[in-house]
Amino acid sequence: MADKPVTIAQKRLLDVKLAELPTWMTSCDFTPNGILSAMRRGHDRYYNKYINVKKGGIGGISMLLAGYVILSYIWEYDHIKHDRWRKYH
Amino acid sequence: MMLNFFDQFASQSLLGIPLIAIAMLVPWLLFPSPYKRWLNNRLITFQYWFISRATNQLMLPLNINAHKWALILVALLLFLITLNLLGLLPYTFTPTTQLSMNMALAVPLWLATVLIGMRNQPTHSMAHLLPEGTPTLLIPILIIIETISLFIRPLALGVRLTANLTAGHLLIQLISTATFVMLSFMPTIAMLTFIVLALLTLLEIAVAMIQAYVFVLLLSLYLQENV
Repeated sequence: MADKPVTIAQKRLLDVKLAELPTWMTSCDFTPNGILSAMRRGHDRYYNKYINVKKGGIGGISMLLAGYVILSYIWEYDHIKHDRWRKYH
Repeated sequence: MMLNFFDQFASQSLLGIPLIAIAMLVPWLLFPSPYKRWLNNRLITFQYWFISRATNQLMLPLNINAHKWALILVALLLFLITLNLLGLLPYTFTPTTQLSMNMALAVPLWLATVLIGMRNQPTHSMAHLLPEGTPTLLIPILIIIETISLFIRPLALGVRLTANLTAGHLLIQLISTATFVMLSFMPTIAMLTFIVLALLTLLEIAVAMIQAYVFVLLLSLYLQENV
């Protein structure tokens, strides 16, 4: 089944072919407003898929908290790499 | 083994963004706003129930003029509870361990209650400086003592929150280090220490919630005297 012809700027990342990747990156909106709206869209997608459902359980929030823990680890990695078990190896 | 136990309280920054900025934005992510539907999702329903119970409890002893403070007090309560509880997750940073932040929360709110009292009913708020039924000779001393106690309130509010959370985090770190170190050569003692660690973590969860509540409760008490 052939895809409908759409402009490259409107495609989602997973639909972009590898050869088209550089042109897609340049067509992205990197202004602060653009970044904010991209974050908003990402947040809405996550929220509507995992939290805003009829019988949402603990999974939606837990994934968010796990992501926060991993993010904090990345932020503190430069400092944590100095912790060690023994003084002399 | 950590080189310095106090390093957990220094906010690291990556790409110029300090971790404290992210840590303070996370509570906003966790409290979605309800929308115009008959039934919201479970998260919003649960939060709404909690918020309405908390508002009711908090506003019960206050008269009608103080109900203007409902939004800021309950928002403060939610913010502090979320920040404290999130700080118990591994590798996360607790902004409420920083004295600067707690004083920034305590001083303006306390000052607002005092100024509201002084502006609207100056005699009544001045009268709080002298408890009823004091012997005549003690009056000058007591007024000085009550003024000092009035000015120490913001300091006490900020330092109480900071000290409780910092002490809790430090204790958890110390006891967990001890458990790890003793695991190789004294496993039984390590198990006992681990049980202490488990109990301490439960205590920390309770302290996190209680401290936030105490902060807001005291503010509402100061408001009650002054409005």
